Amino acid sequence: MCGAPKQGGTLAGIDLGTQTVIQGSVWHDGAPVAGAYVRLLDGTDEFTAEVVTSPEGEFRFFAAPGEWTLRALAPVGKGQQAISAETGLNETTVVIE
Amino acid sequence: MSRNDVLVNVDWVQEHLGQPGIVFVEVDEDASAYDGGHIEGAVKFDWKKDLQDPLRRDYLDKTAFEALLSSRGIANDDTVVLYGGNNNWFAAYAYWYFKIYGHRDVKLMDGGRKKWELDGRPLSTDLPERPATQYQASEPDLSIRAFRDEVVAAIGSKNLVDVRSPDEFSGKILAPAHLPQEQSQRAGHVPSAINIPWSKAANEDGTFKSDEQLAALYAEQGFDDSKETIAYCRIGERSSHTWFVLQELLGKKNVKNYDGSWVEYGSLVGVPIEK
Repeated sequence: MCGAPKQGGTLAGIDLGTQTVIQGSVWHDGAPVAGAYVRLLDGTDEFTAEVVTSPEGEFRFFAAPGEWTLRALAPVGKGQQAISAETGLNETTVVIE
Repeated sequence: MSRNDVLVNVDWVQEHLGQPGIVFVEVDEDASAYDGGHIEGAVKFDWKKDLQDPLRRDYLDKTAFEALLSSRGIANDDTVVLYGGNNNWFAAYAYWYFKIYGHRDVKLMDGGRKKWELDGRPLSTDLPERPATQYQASEPDLSIRAFRDEVVAAIGSKNLVDVRSPDEFSGKILAPAHLPQEQSQRAGHVPSAINIPWSKAANEDGTFKSDEQLAALYAEQGFDDSKETIAYCRIGERSSHTWFVLQELLGKKNVKNYDGSWVEYGSLVGVPIEK
């Protein structure tokens, strides 16, 4: 459903042969940022989804192969990271300067 | 009806905390957000557990809606202010729902939980104590709810506004990308639908864009003011957000939310689909 599933944790039960998982964490000043709003933007910079990072600063999306942008918004600031995803697990870090 | 009648900002909420006659309601699909901290005094609605029929795919009937509001201590003459996560998607769904059952004074908090959190405003874990009421709902107002046959009949004649992301509209993905992409229904969209993602109506902090920006957005995307309108998404919550924009903020007439949305339409046998 369209809720905000718990972020982080294992990938058990997720078929990495069919799913394109984009996951990682948000960092600021050498520490993970909990409660950051991370949105996944498509190749035209349009909103596709948004999650709130876990206490460890983690986020996870289920997308499709292609070019994506991750954008993080938190009280400490904003950060952005481009990623080229393929079927399977794609990991990155978004840094808020 | 204007923006000030249906929308309050976070400052207004903070100034009105604890005021009798106003009930703040957090509406989430992820109810753990509320449990971790909510606006002081706010009651919780869990979109799935509280607002959906436990057996059929439908919203609550009138009797169940009355029981829910009564148990939460909400009275007919209370001002209800809704907010939630996911950029107010589920709060907008609840707003539409309160309108279906004829609640007199209901508003959204602009920006929802995200705006409140980004501002660093206080959250409380105290649970409110509100004595039960005897809430009386009206018969459902179906002038704002579309069913599947109306959607099929609207192809090529009404504004069909698909508010999902472009990749869902094109069939590249089947659900918002925070969810695993395993769904039974077909991918694509209703023929003749125009894709105006809900997100184009909102700023990055979750607040709605200005009336001028919103009016320009729909005009540019081919929205025809002379036609009736049906908005849909996947399960009817993002389209509630757009229904709110079109009918409540912009004052457009004859706008319906199709809460069956793509989960229903994409599973129907024999209906036309475009990709």
